[in-house]
Amino acid sequence: MPNIAVPKQLTRTVISARGLTKKYGDFAAVNGISFDVPAGESFGLLGPNGAGKSTTMRMIGGVSQRTSGELAIMGLDPEQHGPEVRAHLGVVPQQDNLDEDLRVRDNLIVYGRYFGLPYSYLRPKADELLEFAQLSDKAKAKVDSLSGGMKRRLTIARSLINEPKILLLDEPTTGLDPQARHILWDRLFRLKEQGVTLVLTTHYMDEAEQLCDRLIVVDKGQIMAEGSPAALIREYSTREVLELRFGSERNATVAAQLEGIGERLETLPDRVLIYTHDGETSLEQVSARGLHPVTSLVRRSSLEDVFLRLTGRSLVD
Amino acid sequence: MSRIAGSGQTSSGDQFRLLPSGRPFGSLYSGNVRAVVARGLKATWGSNWAIMASGFVEPVLFLIAMGIGLGSLIGTVEGPGGQEIGYIAYIAPALLAVSAMNGAVYDSTWNVFFKLNFAKLYQGMLYTSLGPLDVALGEITLALLRGALYATGFTAIMGVMGLITTPWALLMIPASVVIAFGFASFGMGITSFMKTFQQMDWINFIMLPMFLFSATFYPLSVYPQAIQWVIQALPLWHGVELLRQLSVGTFTAATGIHVLYYLVMIVLGLILTTARLRKLFLK
Repeated sequence: MPNIAVPKQLTRTVISARGLTKKYGDFAAVNGISFDVPAGESFGLLGPNGAGKSTTMRMIGGVSQRTSGELAIMGLDPEQHGPEVRAHLGVVPQQDNLDEDLRVRDNLIVYGRYFGLPYSYLRPKADELLEFAQLSDKAKAKVDSLSGGMKRRLTIARSLINEPKILLLDEPTTGLDPQARHILWDRLFRLKEQGVTLVLTTHYMDEAEQLCDRLIVVDKGQIMAEGSPAALIREYSTREVLELRFGSERNATVAAQLEGIGERLETLPDRVLIYTHDGETSLEQVSARGLHPVTSLVRRSSLEDVFLRLTGRSLVD
Repeated sequence: MSRIAGSGQTSSGDQFRLLPSGRPFGSLYSGNVRAVVARGLKATWGSNWAIMASGFVEPVLFLIAMGIGLGSLIGTVEGPGGQEIGYIAYIAPALLAVSAMNGAVYDSTWNVFFKLNFAKLYQGMLYTSLGPLDVALGEITLALLRGALYATGFTAIMGVMGLITTPWALLMIPASVVIAFGFASFGMGITSFMKTFQQMDWINFIMLPMFLFSATFYPLSVYPQAIQWVIQALPLWHGVELLRQLSVGTFTAATGIHVLYYLVMIVLGLILTTARLRKLFLK
């Protein structure tokens, strides 16, 4: 087993996956993916529901056994050394699983006890984390009285109780309103500044662009592309996108008449996308051909466009 | 601002040597059962004490209704050593065994079922350093603590009612814990198969006849031989007979068989539960 690593490598690459595969019967949820995450990086897994993101996260946490391939977390195989590996992980699952029988502050302390940490460390740490999560005034509240955003922040605070080297976040802001999302992003950004390695799954492009240094685009259990958000956009998309709506009946027929404008054309059921370096100029060309869309929008390319290009499908259906 | 997380130079600093250790159960066990127990106590004292109390009151009500009520019609019956004892003294140890069973079964079935399928508590626990065996042993320990508490309370009530005539009767308390252990270790394993409330009802379907027919209220000899064998194969009968013998300080070869029955049940139950938790959580 390649488990005996030199300490220097431990600090450099914290997660290393080679040909990681998870099969349920004949279905491959994760199909031979390889990646490395260096310490301190913010690493994203971007993909639609069912792409295999959560399964990958579960294998990293050692709570799901891989079918084949290699996986090392800080040099250790999480299947063989689950408790040791998880001592250095913070996990924010997709669904909050806070302890509803305990009050807010006790949730942090009791969770810390699961790591075998002493009360003398946990009591001040819990207060510190409540402040970090902006929940100090809720310390004695019952968990079910918290809002969705507060529960999410408490879950993140809880995941930090053991001062993890790696924080796994499975769709951290799904289901939150915009304001709650921004508060959460701000907190996660602070953690990143402190050098915590963040691994997050998301199907929100804006989230990936905000938080990730580097990401892999995953679809059907396989890696479609890898790179920084900016590099991915540069490589797989154009600088700008012109979105045109001609009404759902006409989009497909009009698309034929738009050939030649911009670099590439994508026809979706509700709109036509023209990939171009200069959206305004392209829009003028559209008008020049006597075509008048119901609405038009020029925007910068996003990871959504990268995903569309790579898979032919949208991220959020 | 102080560090929230990261390179961990405070208390977790020395944990950074992620050396593989030679623990016998590997990823299944981290030797931290007490954290699971502490959580259970905190949660119980916080919210569930009413349910706790009801589990204790139920057998006491039976003791009063059957023992005093029915007992006044029946008078005395033949005890384990052949001596005549009051009917209430005859059924009291049996009800204690039922109480140990009920407490352990409630904790290890309904309680575990809810945490497993709805509260997602174990999923959270298993993302920490805890292994499935820590969780299983912790939950079973809680069931045993509850069983011990019920047994102590019930024995105290027996004392107050003048039903304790020998110091041997105090052995009923640890024996009740052994009975609870048997039911708890099996109950948790069986619960892990349950997916719906309807399936959970099967547990009650088995428990109620076992309570009524395990020589709880009358001796086994009233049944035809074939039925006796069925009853003797079931765990509650062994618990009832064991406590009944202890209550009057009569020991026979059967005492050893009853204890052995529970030791085997405990071991098999723990093997089943651990295997099931591993299958459920480390898939």
